Amino acid sequence: MTLQTVVQVIASGLLMGLIYGLIAVGLSLIFGLMDVVNFAHGEMLMLAMYASFGLVLVSGIDPILLAPLMVAALFAVGALAYLGIVRFAMRARANLGMVQIFATFGLAVGIRGMAQLLFTPDYRSVPNVWLGGRTVSLAGIYLPVPQLAGAAVSILAFGALWLLITRTDLGKALEATREDAGAVALVGIDKNRVFTIGWGLGAGLVGLAGAILSIFYYIHPDVGASFALVAYVTVALGGFGSVFGALAAGIGVGLVEAATTLILPPSLKSIGIYGLYLLVVLVRPRGLFGHL
Amino acid sequence: MLLEAPPLLEVRDLTTAYQGLVAISGISLDVAEGEIVAVAGANGAGKSTLLKTIAGSERPRSGTVKLDGRNIGGTAGHLITAAGIAYVPENRRLFPRLSVADNLRLGSYLFRGKPDREEPLERVFRLFPRLNERLSQRAETLSGGEQQMLAISRALMTRPRLLMLDEPSQGIAPKLVDEIFDAVIAIRAAGTTVLIVEQRLSEVLAIADRGYVLQTGRVVIQGSAKDILDHTDVRKAYLGV
Ligand SMILES: Nc1ncnc2c1ncn2[C@@H]1O[C@H](COP(=O)(O)OP(=O)(O)OP(=O)(O)O)[C@@H](O)[C@H]1O
Ligand SMILES: [Mg+2]
Repeated sequence: MTLQTVVQVIASGLLMGLIYGLIAVGLSLIFGLMDVVNFAHGEMLMLAMYASFGLVLVSGIDPILLAPLMVAALFAVGALAYLGIVRFAMRARANLGMVQIFATFGLAVGIRGMAQLLFTPDYRSVPNVWLGGRTVSLAGIYLPVPQLAGAAVSILAFGALWLLITRTDLGKALEATREDAGAVALVGIDKNRVFTIGWGLGAGLVGLAGAILSIFYYIHPDVGASFALVAYVTVALGGFGSVFGALAAGIGVGLVEAATTLILPPSLKSIGIYGLYLLVVLVRPRGLFGHL
Repeated sequence: MLLEAPPLLEVRDLTTAYQGLVAISGISLDVAEGEIVAVAGANGAGKSTLLKTIAGSERPRSGTVKLDGRNIGGTAGHLITAAGIAYVPENRRLFPRLSVADNLRLGSYLFRGKPDREEPLERVFRLFPRLNERLSQRAETLSGGEQQMLAISRALMTRPRLLMLDEPSQGIAPKLVDEIFDAVIAIRAAGTTVLIVEQRLSEVLAIADRGYVLQTGRVVIQGSAKDILDHTDVRKAYLGV
């Protein structure tokens, strides 16, 4: 194993890891805000990928330019999922946990079924993308341009999220609601509004990830499920509810996955991730940055 | 003939139940602008339920709550805060892992202009100077008394017309209790009306203008602070004389 291979693995792992962080952060944000796991997270990613694909076909505009539109569209999907389903599930008098799980799981099954029906199970890919298929090479290290762009977008998104959380009133309202949703009314905050915005943000962020993934990944009705699995691992690793833990854990997952492919055949590349997950669960169950 | 102005807070025949169990029943109470009004009563008498219902965190089964003549009964809690009633509940409900500064800043969430946020901030620092020294500390690391001061300050940041306090002396060192009662006097002097629930009857009646005594969800005694202190039943039940 040469030094160059090692650097190559670290570079590819880092790029994919930043994208994994972006895929996972919305899941963590929503969980942190209200202790609800969005089991439709992967399906929201899939919706964004199809939306990106469809819009590219219709408009001919490059998917990277359509990304802000995906954020807005998925923000609406997330907000509606809260207002239309989750809000009512949270009022359950008995078995609250189960009701919440089935509510978002049901949403996932519904979205996936609709996708099977409307889009067929065929694999699609976005045609004629500016960034598609290009690589840059730096001192013998090859970096795929779509992943490079995705990693840059992820860094920008986390930067924006950090500003939002630390510098704005909305960020403070999100933090306060996360601390004690029953107490925010004392300062005049409507917790339902914060929850709606939280779901919008969580889904909007996965929408951004979907726009990026649509550049270099095949699109099919089950595409969300495989990424969602990685996202659950990432969130558990970073600490449930920790937004920036998701970033760190995403990078960790990307690096471990890349390192695994070095040793094992590609079809087994997930083994490293789940091994890492088991290790964390056993050694530090609350994740890297979580507080129980 | 001059029409008398309505009281700032007017509660009529208020009844609240928890899953069918009546906790307060037919309570009527007035608080005039500029008053300090005390509500006393034994454990389980319904004092907290009364404040929770006025604050909108419990829905009344029947009865009305009016602020300045406007009916606010059954309205959601955040709208009642916006209407001008700030409420410090029994367990304070600070945002424990947020800093003192952030807790205060959240208190002025409803205001966008800088003056609207800074003027009440100066006011609470004058009231409780020690908060100013602990701005970057997490709320959960404050002492019980300091947490109560922060909870009252956060409530004042909403610039309320009526401040409702639920047993502010509970679980607090005696020295700080005096400080908090002194603060209540200063808060009223600065123009905010106060409705305070307390078990320390003689101490709260020393600063209140009027009072109500609750028993099993009903008002059993009401009157001026002095009348209540002189009332034989009260002397027997609460003051042990
Ligand atoms: N969340 C609740 N669910 C069911 N019953 C409740 C609830 N909160 C209060 N109660 C009941 O309502 C009655 C009045 O309670 P409340 O807390 O208003 O009394 P309190 O006067 O504030 O008492 P304390 O001095 O102990 O604070 C009590 O019988 C209590 O058991
Ligand atoms: Mg009480």
